[in-house]
Amino acid sequence: MSHRPTSRSRRVAMTTALAAGLALTACSAESDGSGATTKDGVTTLSLWTHNGGNEAELAINERVVEEFNASHDDIKVEIESFPQDAYNDAVTAAAAADKLPCVLDIDAPNVPNWAWAGYLEPLGLSDDLFDGQLESTLGVVDDEIYSFGHYDVALNLVTRRSTLEKYDIRVPDMDQPWTAQEFDEALAKIKAGGEFTYPFDLGTAGGGEWIPYAYSPILQSFGGDLIDRDSYTTAEGVLNGPEALEWANWNTDLVEKGYVARKSGADSTLDFVNGKTAIVWSGSWAAVPVKEKYGDDALFLPPVDFGNGPKIGGGSWQWGLSSDCPAVEAAREYLEFSAKTEYYVDYATELSLIPATEEAAAQVPDFAPGGTFRDFYDYATEYAVLRPVTPAYPFISSTFQKAYADILSGGDPQEVLDKAVSDIDANIQQNGDYEF
Amino acid sequence: MAVMTPTTLPLGRTLSLQAVRVLLLLVFAFPIVFMFVSSFKPDAQIFADLTSWRAFVPVGDISLDNYRGVFDRVPAGRMLMNSIGVSTITVVLGIFVNSLAAFALSRMRWRGQRVILTGIIATLIVPFETFALPLVWWINKLPWLEMQGFRLVLTEGWLDTYQVQVLPFVANAFSIFLFYQYFSSIPRELDEAARVDGASWFGIYRRIVMPLSGPAVATVAILTFLPAWNSYLWPLMVVQSEEYRPVMVGIQYFFQLNVAWGQVMAYASMITVPVLALFLAFQRAFIGSIASAGVKG
Repeated sequence: MSHRPTSRSRRVAMTTALAAGLALTACSAESDGSGATTKDGVTTLSLWTHNGGNEAELAINERVVEEFNASHDDIKVEIESFPQDAYNDAVTAAAAADKLPCVLDIDAPNVPNWAWAGYLEPLGLSDDLFDGQLESTLGVVDDEIYSFGHYDVALNLVTRRSTLEKYDIRVPDMDQPWTAQEFDEALAKIKAGGEFTYPFDLGTAGGGEWIPYAYSPILQSFGGDLIDRDSYTTAEGVLNGPEALEWANWNTDLVEKGYVARKSGADSTLDFVNGKTAIVWSGSWAAVPVKEKYGDDALFLPPVDFGNGPKIGGGSWQWGLSSDCPAVEAAREYLEFSAKTEYYVDYATELSLIPATEEAAAQVPDFAPGGTFRDFYDYATEYAVLRPVTPAYPFISSTFQKAYADILSGGDPQEVLDKAVSDIDANIQQNGDYEF
Repeated sequence: MAVMTPTTLPLGRTLSLQAVRVLLLLVFAFPIVFMFVSSFKPDAQIFADLTSWRAFVPVGDISLDNYRGVFDRVPAGRMLMNSIGVSTITVVLGIFVNSLAAFALSRMRWRGQRVILTGIIATLIVPFETFALPLVWWINKLPWLEMQGFRLVLTEGWLDTYQVQVLPFVANAFSIFLFYQYFSSIPRELDEAARVDGASWFGIYRRIVMPLSGPAVATVAILTFLPAWNSYLWPLMVVQSEEYRPVMVGIQYFFQLNVAWGQVMAYASMITVPVLALFLAFQRAFIGSIASAGVKG
């Protein structure tokens, strides 16, 4: 059974098509600009940040944007925030669709890869603007500055003075941090006391970038590393050498001796303030809740010296300029505006983040010399090691995450590390040594 | 003629079966109860209660603070409305399009029918993640008509829209297969009788086949609604503005360096309620269809 269109329905269809055609002809074809649009002499830039849901930091981002907009008639910045865990995927997808914003923030270790992939271009701002910045707060790739940050964070050993005194453990400082042996003895004493579920919390429930950020500095303190930093083309000998093996065995020993959980609680700071653990390997972000709970009893100690000096990870979120931006000069004007010392001070004052310059630190009581959190600034200055500055880093990071999980799960450390080295080297080779 | 009597199980076996059922109920119910109860507690208490029965009981410092915190932190109302809209439209269009496709495959006779059916089923083995990124590139080139004031404007790219969250998921191989299976069980004699009475193919679809396919419709509705509601990766990639974001992306707003677990539980409770309500509404038809089609979600 078939239905043929009647002459009336045909007329209606043709009239509709004609009307639609005329309407479309009357209209101009438009497409969304990528990152910036200009209308009536006003350039509107888009800015992306990872601070969706992070009200306090987003409020500062918004304040900077509002003050910039208020002081400029011809440039407006529009902010779009994404939740942190979803941010990198959103940027990668936007890059694939040529829809990157003009200004975006970037987790520091990703800067080389995003620069290599063509997402970013050098800031093109005067180097003088960044005089006095902590090294870890600048994204320098191929001798060019691609990003800058207002702040950094610092790893440290969080504990209580009363706990150390109770177990007759020396309080370490930067002049004399704990040695590996001292630390082991301290954990043994606390374990023997039976007061805590675990004497130490390494934060092993954490995932993603936390793994290389938190554990590769310990590897470096043992004398190993994620990659050979002379060539940046192989991890052979540094990620699977005797020092790395010693580091891997130290991790498994901690689990086997019952000093740490194979998988710790979801929130190590909460476990600490609830009295489940005695010492926590955490970041400076834990300082505020710990200080609120324990006051002057709280201690934020330097990392253990495993033979090659105490080490912590360096580099937090930084601002960059996308290569898709059609209004580069306007974007640079915004970035230069946002690099005022007052904003460095705001981040440090309101969020207890380490200010990226000494000038800003001097204006924040907590971070000025003698301040409550001054130690964090000093740790960032003295101990910070940048995660490998290479476009290969995202692959190195994910490989290291898997290797670390395998080691903690009981895998043979030498085999696991050899496999990680083999994978990293193959990836670098497949990508032509990631040359620019 | 023998009279059928209900079989009675020995008391011990009955009790054992009931015990297993209760145990299964507890296994599945406890996480949900824990989530709802924790949504009323402060973070410190959630962790302090973890190792006791108190974790499943609303005792201690109970308040709605976490729910207030949720609305302060994310545009939860907007995200809920987005997800309800996107999921509902995907379900409605999905039922219509996929049932029509299945009708053509199961009731009509045409050349290449088997090849097309095999091709559709074959797409089931391709995971979405493998072509998500190329799909982003592709949909960014597609045209769309937009009303801007009184002007009809031809725009390029679907990023940052509602349609990009709906249209790629309307046609669904599994739904087509499910309808196809169900339609094949409906006697063809009904079609023939209707055609003798002058019904068109669409008339047969609308007046005969679909009214007899309630369980299949309910199953497809639930199996389409759940992934649409839980959609995370795709909206993350294609939605840039907060105003278009669905609820699952919203949950990531809570995972900051110091996680507010009470708010996580409050938000999770809020986004679980619609799914539970939908399942309870269609429970009977859903289970009936699963039993008859031999599939699971």
